[in-house]
Amino acid sequence: MTISPINLAFKKTKKEERPALLTYTVAGDNTKKKSLEILNSISKYVDICELGLAHNTPIGDGGQIQTASYRAIKNGIKMKDIFQIVNKFKNSKNSKPVILMGYYNMIYRYGENKFLKKCKQVGVNGLIVVDLPWPDNKNFAKKCKKKSITFVQLLSPTTSKKRIKKIINDSHDMIYYISMLSTTGGKLKISPKKILENYNSIKKINSSKNIVIGFGITKKTISSLKKADGLVVGSEICKEISKSLKKSQNPVTNVARMVSLLKNKIS
Amino acid sequence: MKIKKNIPLIDQHDKNGFWGKFGGNFIPETLKKPVEDLTILFEKLRKDKKFIQERDHYFKNWLGSPTRFTKLENLTEHLGGAQIWTKVVSDLNGGAHKSLNATVHCLIAKRAGKKYIVGDTGAGYAGKMLSMAAKKFGLKCKIFMGAKDIKRQKPNCDAMRANDAEIVPVYTGSQTLVDAVSECMRYWVSNCDTTAMCVGSTVGPNIFVKICGWSTSQISKELLIQIKDEFGEIPKKLKLINCVGGGSSSFGFWNEFMHYDKKQVEFIGVEAGGPKNSKKHAAPLTYGSKIGVLHGAMQYVNQDMEGQIEETESISAGLDYPGVSPLHCFLKDTKRARYTAATDEEALNAYKIVTKFESLNPSLEPSHAFAEAIKIAPKLSKDTIVCVNSCGDALKDRDILKKRLGK
Ligand SMILES: Cc1ncc(COP(=O)(O)O)c(C=O)c1O
Repeated sequence: MTISPINLAFKKTKKEERPALLTYTVAGDNTKKKSLEILNSISKYVDICELGLAHNTPIGDGGQIQTASYRAIKNGIKMKDIFQIVNKFKNSKNSKPVILMGYYNMIYRYGENKFLKKCKQVGVNGLIVVDLPWPDNKNFAKKCKKKSITFVQLLSPTTSKKRIKKIINDSHDMIYYISMLSTTGGKLKISPKKILENYNSIKKINSSKNIVIGFGITKKTISSLKKADGLVVGSEICKEISKSLKKSQNPVTNVARMVSLLKNKIS
Repeated sequence: MKIKKNIPLIDQHDKNGFWGKFGGNFIPETLKKPVEDLTILFEKLRKDKKFIQERDHYFKNWLGSPTRFTKLENLTEHLGGAQIWTKVVSDLNGGAHKSLNATVHCLIAKRAGKKYIVGDTGAGYAGKMLSMAAKKFGLKCKIFMGAKDIKRQKPNCDAMRANDAEIVPVYTGSQTLVDAVSECMRYWVSNCDTTAMCVGSTVGPNIFVKICGWSTSQISKELLIQIKDEFGEIPKKLKLINCVGGGSSSFGFWNEFMHYDKKQVEFIGVEAGGPKNSKKHAAPLTYGSKIGVLHGAMQYVNQDMEGQIEETESISAGLDYPGVSPLHCFLKDTKRARYTAATDEEALNAYKIVTKFESLNPSLEPSHAFAEAIKIAPKLSKDTIVCVNSCGDALKDRDILKKRLGK
């Protein structure tokens, strides 16, 4: 079996003795064109790109990502545009593995099979579905596997030990650990030390799994979590786009600057 | 899909929480545990005699149950067909059925050892009742409400504040109920360790649908007895008409009659059709909306081709919601209930007629149900009993009514 691009990315960062840097931006934020430019401009610093499917009724996202999503929707982003963005990005020479992240209704409406086929076609490497928890996601995760797409299971501080074991058992190349009880973009309300403690107890169950930490990670907190396999920064980037637009600056250069800084902090 | 006899409808879901195709638990991982904890606690408490006694005590002595079942003589005469009856559920303490669900949620939250409770509201009744119950049972309360609704339902906001609840205005999306529910769920994701959540209708993840339906079923428990007392038996032709937003009042109004043949006891749900000349509506069952996920459950929901939830429009804040309870989706598909819509104008007109002939003051939500009763009654025989759930009091609507009707 060939090794998946996501796995490969972690192999590389482990060799470099640093966590993988994962960014989250909303596809089509603030426009289709700009969003692709942002991906292209941050690609050299990033190990895996998460790309959000903007939804107008997100029950897991905080203010920053909501704002980014509404902006993308307002500017007319459609599923076909999102696939185009991925396709173009994946065809560029600097591209990185892409994980689409969204809510189940958009996939359901598109049709699970049709959606996965399209993902495969344009080169999507992984999927995160915020509101399709285990075990309800078993069927869909299997379908992903068949298409060699990584279905990313989520774990949270509320997930019981017993449940964690079962979820890890059913997981693919990457697992996402939610750092705290929060929607995206919340302030870190527990110490990085405590987060890493929780994280390590999960790692112990199966150390071969790549587990990334997300939620509440900013340029201030990222270096204190360096011991993880990977770290996801989302809201901080969406906020940077909002700020740039407000100041009539180019979000592309500002976001690239921020991401390069993030990379420096963990290298 | 078929309704089973001898088991309450709220329990006829599969192990994943689905009633047929509808319901389930489409929630972030963080909420899995609190939802499971609540499920275990509720299933235990509903078998606990002491808990039931406590519930019944507060329903009776605090909320004022049972509410009246009474004939609207003048309206019946005016319409000249079926007999029009009403169950005046708005007599409940607080002025609407929402107090039943709110009370039960607070009693459960106390048992769970929570100190805080949060809830959503559209018309403001769910929020008012939760604030009232929270105060009674010593819980701190936060209510999420769309900014548009805060403006149009001021009397209920005043009541919430008087009960020491904090109202959190929601400015996203259409600034109505749908956004309030989303924001409330997001708040719960971040605070589920200390805080209980009450969903204001029979919507949301499976357990919230069940708790709400279990609570509002009090309405039909009373009605079944009252109808037997009045007529000696269940009439041969009985029609139970109720407005449907999320569907908590209608489900509660019908539940105990579920197993009667629909030829004998017909259920008619009336959704909000919106302004006469607008394409927007809040009637997913009537206008054939597609199945999708909203607020954790699979249901018929107004949405576009891409799966974005569509904006709704209705004069009635309580009905102004793009989705509907999985229980009602199930009742529609099994054909046990039939659903229709009334426009803003029809509801206003119904309000005018009802208040002209009767000393009853139904809010804009039940006015939608009265619109349907007024429409069909003249064509029905005199031995047909039409019963409308007058589930809310129009005090909260005084500004809208003044503007639209000059009253
Ligand atoms: C008086 C009244 N009736 C009806 C509704 C609609 O909700 P449901 O369909 O859950 O009864 C509301 C909701 O706020 C309400 O306040």
